Amino acid sequence: MANTAPVHHAGDGETRRDFLLHSTIAFGAVGGAMAVWPLIHSMNPAADTLALSTTEFSLASLQEGQAITVVWRGKPVFVRYRTQAEIDAARNVTLTELVDPAPDADRVKKDKDKYLVLVGVCTHLGCIPLGNKPMDPRGDFGGWFCPCHGSHYDTSGRIRKGPAPANLAVPPYQFLDDTTVRIG
Amino acid sequence: MSTEKSVWRRAYEWHEQRLPIVSFLDHSIGTKYPAPKNLNYFWNFGSLALFMLAVMILTGIFLAMNYTAHKDMAFDSVERIMRDVNFGWLIRYMHANGASFFFIVVYVHIFRGLYYGSYKAPREVLWWIGILIFLAMMATAFMGYVLPWGQMSFWGATVITNLFSAIPVIGDPIVTFLWGGFSVDNPTLNRFFSLHYLLPFVIAALVFLHIWALHIPGSNNPLGIEAAPADKIPFHPYYTSKDAFGLGFFMLFYFAVVFWAPNAMGHPDNYIPANPLVTPPHIVPEWYFLPFYAILRAIPDKLLGVVAMFGAILVLFVIPWLDTSRVRSASFRPWFRVFFWLFVINAVVLTWCGAQLPEGLPLIQGRIATIYYFVFFLVIMPVLGWIETPKPLPASISTPVLKPAE
Repeated sequence: MANTAPVHHAGDGETRRDFLLHSTIAFGAVGGAMAVWPLIHSMNPAADTLALSTTEFSLASLQEGQAITVVWRGKPVFVRYRTQAEIDAARNVTLTELVDPAPDADRVKKDKDKYLVLVGVCTHLGCIPLGNKPMDPRGDFGGWFCPCHGSHYDTSGRIRKGPAPANLAVPPYQFLDDTTVRIG
Repeated sequence: MSTEKSVWRRAYEWHEQRLPIVSFLDHSIGTKYPAPKNLNYFWNFGSLALFMLAVMILTGIFLAMNYTAHKDMAFDSVERIMRDVNFGWLIRYMHANGASFFFIVVYVHIFRGLYYGSYKAPREVLWWIGILIFLAMMATAFMGYVLPWGQMSFWGATVITNLFSAIPVIGDPIVTFLWGGFSVDNPTLNRFFSLHYLLPFVIAALVFLHIWALHIPGSNNPLGIEAAPADKIPFHPYYTSKDAFGLGFFMLFYFAVVFWAPNAMGHPDNYIPANPLVTPPHIVPEWYFLPFYAILRAIPDKLLGVVAMFGAILVLFVIPWLDTSRVRSASFRPWFRVFFWLFVINAVVLTWCGAQLPEGLPLIQGRIATIYYFVFFLVIMPVLGWIETPKPLPASISTPVLKPAE
């Protein structure tokens, strides 16, 4: 190959050529990162997916002791009309006994504490606990029981026994009127 | 100062002894690949084509994440990409216009090869692989255009697959086989999506062979003479920086279209969902197929028209032997240069004819242009090599620019 004009550094320190080289690389790196962002962002939830992030449902037909399952963002939400015995069981627990201490009053709406609304996804590895249907096992604490790895939840949806690290999550929701609830 | 090698240096050497990938790249497109020092900007279009292939594969992967290959959902899934998916409009417009710019770049690349005689010995296999890439690109582009399942998608697919019905005896069974049914329908859409995703990786493999075949004789150059070792410079940093500069210039045009005229090269009828019962009044293929479409329509016979259309590309395989001149570069062939530029103009005329209704003046012009297309390869190339007197070739790349040392 022909002689290719090797760069002779006049002493140590930065040369004009170093500056051009480094600024070119920096410019290319920043441009490349900016070009990649739209591709990555396209994998985030799209506008139509985000538009489905609220669900409304009615409690009018729900009887005391019954539970229903509502779909919110592709996941089940458990809604249980608790009996007075179940509410008392949830309230008469010493918080220090709990794995993830939380008072029952903080997990329901004031004056609507007979309705318990929970994301029905086990906090262990994402299975759906049993306990919403009348014939389902409800675990040792009368709430829900996850068949995958044996987590027991109580009548406030709090983890009491088994590998799950946290209570069943309470989704953001509000009562639009006495019997209509919007989740999300 | 310590003379010990750094831990990074030792890790690098440990890895290179086991898989010398950095050395491989350095010999392919780095400091160890000697390239002629007189390459002009037409030599940028190879790396530009590689860049467009990368853009098409990358944007295509993300489009496929949101596309549904079903006749009842494909059109709506594309509209969802345009309206709801984050930056979906940008990714789709980059992909759709990227196909056009990929063809622009490849057509310039092919014309560069024709002008400077890059197809001649010892680069015939390199040229062949290039034609295979071109054919695979055409198949990929055609099937990609079907995926949005608009009116042009559907009727383009119908017309192009029906080309195979021109084959005697087995034509109709072949078309039924291609469709997976008795018309272009859901099975056709499904297989086209599958193949549209597959073929770009076949192209990538062919590009690898293309670059391998390039490295055996090395790059041709604008003078078309063998480059002496003293007339070569390392690909990196000289041509990497030149290619990078050209890439920046190219992207100005590409993104000007993506942002300000994204539908200029498309057809509005493809925003109408496919209707198997109604053909649009005037169906045209994408612009990059128009010259071949014009050749198809120039011949008033079904079978011969299809033969001529495929022959127009297949003839490229044999031009290393049709061209009888030993001089590569058209710079030293005064007559070939004239016929070459006539051929370029002729290609533009064919493109125009392909977009017109096939009657009256455009049909006559299409016929004349079709005749010149084949005469250029089959008559002018062999004959000119015998009768043309080329200009004297310089002794080396440096000779014309260096004053003789006296």
